[in-house]
Amino acid sequence: MNDARSDTVLTAPVRELGRAFVFLLTAFSRMRFGPRQLAEILRQVYFAGVRSLVIIVISGFFVGLVLTLQTYDTLTRFGAADAVSTVLALSLFRELGPVLAALLFAGRAGTSITAEIGLMRATEQLDALDLMAIDPMERIVQPRLLAGLIALPALVLVFNVTAIVGGIFFAVYLMGSDPISFWANMQNSVELVRDFGGGMLKSVFFGFIAAWLAVWFGWSARPTSEGVALATTQTVIATAIAVLILDFILSAFML
Amino acid sequence: MTESSATAISLRDVSLRLGGRTILEHLDLEIPAGRVTAVMGPSGAGKTTVLRLITGQLRPEQGEIWIGDTRVDRLGAKALGRLRRNIGVLLQNGALFTDLTSFDNVALPLREHTRLPESLIRRLVLMKLEMVGLRGAAGLYPSELSGGMKRRVATARAMALDPRIMCYDEPFAGLDPISLGVSLRLIRDINGALGTTSVVITHDVREVAALADHACIIADGRIVAAGSPADLADSDDPLIHQFMKGEADGPVPFHYPAAPLERQLLSDGDAP
Repeated sequence: MNDARSDTVLTAPVRELGRAFVFLLTAFSRMRFGPRQLAEILRQVYFAGVRSLVIIVISGFFVGLVLTLQTYDTLTRFGAADAVSTVLALSLFRELGPVLAALLFAGRAGTSITAEIGLMRATEQLDALDLMAIDPMERIVQPRLLAGLIALPALVLVFNVTAIVGGIFFAVYLMGSDPISFWANMQNSVELVRDFGGGMLKSVFFGFIAAWLAVWFGWSARPTSEGVALATTQTVIATAIAVLILDFILSAFML
Repeated sequence: MTESSATAISLRDVSLRLGGRTILEHLDLEIPAGRVTAVMGPSGAGKTTVLRLITGQLRPEQGEIWIGDTRVDRLGAKALGRLRRNIGVLLQNGALFTDLTSFDNVALPLREHTRLPESLIRRLVLMKLEMVGLRGAAGLYPSELSGGMKRRVATARAMALDPRIMCYDEPFAGLDPISLGVSLRLIRDINGALGTTSVVITHDVREVAALADHACIIADGRIVAAGSPADLADSDDPLIHQFMKGEADGPVPFHYPAAPLERQLLSDGDAP
């Protein structure tokens, strides 16, 4: 009995992962790009991306602010206050921008996608599509998957820009640093492809993972209010863990 | 017309188990073409399962399901899709898309499966909504409609492509008397106007008497009676009698199977 239980505990996540992969392969194997599909993808980019702008802008600004505050304080002790823009830009472009934006995206757009699809399951809307010979994979899943892939990199860009604005606000306007050296140090230390491009590449992976997990947990949610609530929680937890693990793996390959 | 051509849907020796529980066992069911057939039975008897078998959402472990000359349980995804364009289904709560207006809900299958110009789609949708009496609600979202109105819009959506078969899953559940009367008339009108074969899954005996040409009762996973609603009402069979008269106890027991009451009350075990 104990063996059977431990077997279930061990195999259940593997089975769940296998089902999620089969789901993903099915979604991609039925991919079609008609005008209606493109319009739906744009609509989902709006819901997942544009509607996440407020939280991304506010968070980005304050992350830039606090990051500059901490680094300025530390670097001043070593007489290296000029390097604050270097630290800010590198940590943002390489790590903080993609990771924090992905976590915020999971909390704002991922949960919304999961709840929407879960409720569509609970209220038989997915069944209704199926019965009307309209493929729910094509109509519901694919646009949201692709929207995540497009929206998160764009949100990471916005996050990075507003974080740098926050950094400038603190360093230049509050601490009186020289704006020219602030920009010059940043430009000299950031490599376009390695630092900025690497971070953007991460954001594409994170966007894909976040959208995949959001649609999967919604799709597989039990058709009850408790089931949908559980699925939205699972989306946030699974995305956060997956993004952090993937971030380490990608960073290891990029360095 | 031969006997076989008068049968629109046929389930032959169908057995199905779900979650380890036997739902249907050697079930045979013939649904005549062009008429309203009611599939009745106690809750949990497998009525909705029959509907899901007809629409190809479920496949039987044993037996055959035929719609006309097409064997449904052997169809691939594409062929099933083509078949479903000829079957309109009204699900229990309507299942309207909450982000679309009534108009767009009804237009959805037309936009998806036809290449008609938008001007013609508009006219068709308005005609369908007129048929269910909700042309004036074309611009309303499902959240702005009552339960009965939602089902009427969903009915308009189900018949958007003028299907040969209309299936209704519990169309009378939870309706007020006026909405119920409207639903009864609507199903009859659609059957008459479009010449469809109508399958009504229900346990509302009185409504069936007013609506159906043919009725059958499912119990213990098989058809226990079939005939006109009047024939079923006159049946001497205890199970059919209990069902048609709505008696609380009989062959279908009032009590869910349990240990003897006195033993359970006197024991010190944990709840329940």
